[in-house]
Amino acid sequence: MDLPIVWFWVVAFLWTGFFVLEGFDFGVGMLHKVVGRTDTEQRVAINTIGPFWDGNEVWLVVGGAAIFAAFPGWYATWFSALYLAVVLLLVALMARGVSFEFRGKVEAARWRRTWSWSLTIGSALCPLLLGIALGNLLAGLPIGADEEFTGSVADIVTGYGLLVGVTMLALSVLHGATFLVLRTDGLIRARAHRVASVALWPTAVLLAAFAVWTPSISDAPALRGIGPPVAALVAVLAAAALLRAHRDGWSFAATAVGTALTVVSVFTNLYPNVLVSSTDAANNLTVTGTASGQYALQVMTIVAAFLVPVVLLYQGWSYVVFRRRVTGPPTTVPPDPTPGPSAPLDEGALT
Amino acid sequence: MSELDLARLQFASTSIYHFLFVPITIGLAFLVAILHTMWFRSGNADHRRLTKFFGTLLLINVAVGVVTGLVQEFQFGMNWSSYSRFVGDVFGAPLAMEGLAAFFLESTFIGLWVFGWRVLPPRVHLLSAWLVALGAAGSAAFIMAANSWMQHPVGYEIDESTGRPQLTDIGAVMTNPVFLWGYLHVILAAAVTGTFVMLAVSAWYLRRNQHVELFTRSAKLSLAVLLPAILLNLGVGSHLGVIEATYQPMKISAAEAQWTDCGPCSFSAFQIGGGENDQDPQKIIAIPHLLSILATGTWSGDVQGMNELNAQYQEEFGPGNYVPNVFVQYWSMRVMAYLGSLAALLALWGAFVWWRKKLPTARVFLWVATWAAAAPLVMNTAGWMLTENGRQPWIVQGLMKTAEGVSPSVSSTEIVVSLVIFYGVFLLLGAVNVFLMLRYARRGLELEPDEPDEPVDDGQPRVPVLTF
Repeated sequence: MDLPIVWFWVVAFLWTGFFVLEGFDFGVGMLHKVVGRTDTEQRVAINTIGPFWDGNEVWLVVGGAAIFAAFPGWYATWFSALYLAVVLLLVALMARGVSFEFRGKVEAARWRRTWSWSLTIGSALCPLLLGIALGNLLAGLPIGADEEFTGSVADIVTGYGLLVGVTMLALSVLHGATFLVLRTDGLIRARAHRVASVALWPTAVLLAAFAVWTPSISDAPALRGIGPPVAALVAVLAAAALLRAHRDGWSFAATAVGTALTVVSVFTNLYPNVLVSSTDAANNLTVTGTASGQYALQVMTIVAAFLVPVVLLYQGWSYVVFRRRVTGPPTTVPPDPTPGPSAPLDEGALT
Repeated sequence: MSELDLARLQFASTSIYHFLFVPITIGLAFLVAILHTMWFRSGNADHRRLTKFFGTLLLINVAVGVVTGLVQEFQFGMNWSSYSRFVGDVFGAPLAMEGLAAFFLESTFIGLWVFGWRVLPPRVHLLSAWLVALGAAGSAAFIMAANSWMQHPVGYEIDESTGRPQLTDIGAVMTNPVFLWGYLHVILAAAVTGTFVMLAVSAWYLRRNQHVELFTRSAKLSLAVLLPAILLNLGVGSHLGVIEATYQPMKISAAEAQWTDCGPCSFSAFQIGGGENDQDPQKIIAIPHLLSILATGTWSGDVQGMNELNAQYQEEFGPGNYVPNVFVQYWSMRVMAYLGSLAALLALWGAFVWWRKKLPTARVFLWVATWAAAAPLVMNTAGWMLTENGRQPWIVQGLMKTAEGVSPSVSSTEIVVSLVIFYGVFLLLGAVNVFLMLRYARRGLELEPDEPDEPVDDGQPRVPVLTF
């Protein structure tokens, strides 16, 4: 078995998993002030991802570490080339990360507003910057024969990278909205539903542009190159229909598939490169050129083969544990006093 | 400043800062799991209150610990791309394992623990607390394995075509003596740090005569863990010194400002001068034979001087200065060791007060214990400065110099920008963290009144309390 090729697809799997999972966390972070007008409503939105966001973020950490372990040259060039963008990304991740814990700790309105903004802006910058970083792998950066970045800060904002960044941002909003539709009820769910219905169309347009631009800059054969982006667009269009039909679970699944296929598209078009050189194709960083030695890959394969299914098991289980819709404390006495599954919030009573 | 100096300053700053929070997390996670176990077994409401109270302090701390850790993950590639390219085959594997084995575990189960109070079966909820503690302690293992490889590279061969080290024996990497003893040292230090925090908070309440019964329990728990941890760690740290004298003799000689060979060697407890330009310091307090004991475990063991080692390395590796900053080495070792000894004395004092059944009223001890929480933070920082500064000029001992590891494509301007940004964000986060920790430590029991023992059944639909 050609382990470098296996590990290229493991890396693709980890980054895909990250955007599918943390994508809706970013979306909820961006939307919590939109679907929640009162502090309680905003907290309901945040609490839908409360148990999950930290574990989802680890997919990024492992995704980066996997590249370090399996393709050290890729890790080294990518992160040193995008230096200032990565600094900004880290600030966004930090701002977002502490907001979850800090926001609820003080009762004051100004405190909560500050951390809400920190959460919103952080959640927007992350998918944007990560998308730009991913897109740049395919668009190419100035790289010399020694695998080093030879460009300046201006070179790290490529047109295609920007498209992927904005597309991931839009997908995160949409995916976060369908998640909220699935995990809340009453007024918040209704608002999330409206957001999703509206967000669908710009997302679809962006995905159409993505489906055209991506294969045009890659050398990938047609099926591998065009198939996934087109399928992503189809998934998002399917989400539109499923939302209309109020199939909450299926519309979330559709946006998840759309997000996954978008990320996969970058990788299917990238292979066998890992980081394209915009100055000379001979300087492309490739799977075979940057791969670690056979022994290291064997060790990593055994470790991953054992641990990834275990992680999927207990992370999956945590979603089952917290599958109930988050409703928050009622603001009026529910009309039906008999105990049972939580009664829906009386929409008319909430302003 | 050069790119090298700036990159070193940044990595040192972010690592030290991250490691202010990590030991608190590892230590408190362990203590909270113990408290949760005590509650599970006793059903006593006091134990539940303590679990939630210290659990919240843990969570505030974890927030900053996690985000400062993100910076570390990316910084190898950002500022040390040549290093990453060179060692990734060996160094990358433990980092990837850290994420797969430890971070996933810690992050997933902390979510389950925080949100699972009324949702999970009690046994499973308790297990979550222990898995968080395991994940936290486990993450330290993998990063220590990686760092230990930098100090004493093992389990590799140089690939002839690339000139880079390639992993050939993961077992050797995970049984590296520097790793085994270094990890034990770090874990015990984390236990000491967590117990100091718990003791400080408990002492604060006891001095005010508030919630006396509650915080006497937590004071006792912290002392019960602290005493063995600190005493063991003095021994472990001492043995780690002997190990490092074997593999990194320059690090130990520099820590003693030992310029010339000696045997038997006296330990300089306090001296003036002795740095780079002054090889003949004024030794104020020197304890005969003690350095031989600390460095070799024998009464008259030889310790090589820095001058001799430098000459040796120049022959082996070429011209250059192989002596690290002696001032930093000398004083970081002493700050760490002296504070550690004081910490042990404090633990013994506390144990004595406990034995005399005077813990809630021992005014002086409680006052000292409140302020002593800062000590482990200083100790931990000093320890890392000792081991990382002592490694210089190597980034991987014997294989790559630090100067060779810097990213060639990153300019000084860019590093200054990132330094300013990271310092600014870290300062802000640290300030908010301290504010929230103090605020919650002072008022937490009133801010979040504990739930009643029996769930209230008034016919209303059960609605989950919003955690965030």
